[in-house]
Amino acid sequence: MHRDRMKKEKGGGKISFQRKVQFLSAVLLNGYAAGFAKGKLFTGKSKAFCVPVLNCYSCPGALGACPVGSLQASLAGRRFPFYVLGLLMLFGVVLGRLACGLLCPFGLVQDLLHKIPVPKWKVPGRIDRPARSLKYVVLLVLVIFLPAFAVTKSGVNPPYFCKYLCPAGTLGGGIPLMITDPVLRELAGFLFDWKVLVLVLILTSSLFIHRPFCRYLCPLGAFYSVFNRFSFYQMHLERTKCVGCKACERSCPMAVEVTKNINSPECIRCGKCRSVCPTGAISGGFSRNVSGIPSEGSENTP
Amino acid sequence: MRRNKEQAAITWLRIGALAAAVCLAGAGLMRREHLEVLAKAVRICLECIGIG
Repeated sequence: MHRDRMKKEKGGGKISFQRKVQFLSAVLLNGYAAGFAKGKLFTGKSKAFCVPVLNCYSCPGALGACPVGSLQASLAGRRFPFYVLGLLMLFGVVLGRLACGLLCPFGLVQDLLHKIPVPKWKVPGRIDRPARSLKYVVLLVLVIFLPAFAVTKSGVNPPYFCKYLCPAGTLGGGIPLMITDPVLRELAGFLFDWKVLVLVLILTSSLFIHRPFCRYLCPLGAFYSVFNRFSFYQMHLERTKCVGCKACERSCPMAVEVTKNINSPECIRCGKCRSVCPTGAISGGFSRNVSGIPSEGSENTP
Repeated sequence: MRRNKEQAAITWLRIGALAAAVCLAGAGLMRREHLEVLAKAVRICLECIGIG
């Protein structure tokens, strides 16, 4: 029984549903394979649509637009971003952070790196909790405030998040384009070195900490987290089935206190807790009720 | 009773947020903002790839 539970906690060697969806999403979002070979971007009409995850539109394979890049570009044009904000809210209110857990290619990269067997770090609560607020600062300052108001000497409003921080742009766009395009290689300077350094730091820390970028820096995760509590997709914990073994909390990549706050803003709805629960007390899906506030007569949650 | 009220409030919040999202996206489409997104997304963003 104990061995079965341990095997279940470790995933039992099978490719999980989450991993299959993540791979499928990464391939579908970056399905223009010819772009990687030619070093050219896809220019079809699907790029007018923002995808729900951080996926750079300068990635040669990208078939859609990055919502964070598009938001900054709209704000830089001194226009209220109705379209991008509307799409972001739509994704948020329907899915919450499900997009982070199941659809984000950069999340997949971090998940895979964390699989490498090296000692893992548990970030102490006194550092972890305040550090998680950083992503809200990144959203407000680098994605909204600076692109909207900070004009450079040359009179442009650069996309500050993309320019100085976004590791997905470096990994998906910068590196493949530099490999295939000698002209771009000539142009690369300090800024490219800086972005590669940021990428290397994030990827290296992914070996030791689960999803460090999602936890501490991702502005899209910060935006979606606002909707987690009331989105249509909800996680549920059935108290009557819960035996308090805390297998869910041990397996959670985002260190969420599942038994206390299952729809925490930090929950990325990856479903790890559900898959390791020995009694099947955890479920997730589109539901009318919000966990923690059961309707009368329900024995779902406290 | 209080729980039902909270549940109802959350339901209204969901519906309100969904309606606001659809209205915003619709307004953006009417202003042809999707074409601006397209125009930006089909060109290499030099800042995004670290050239600036």
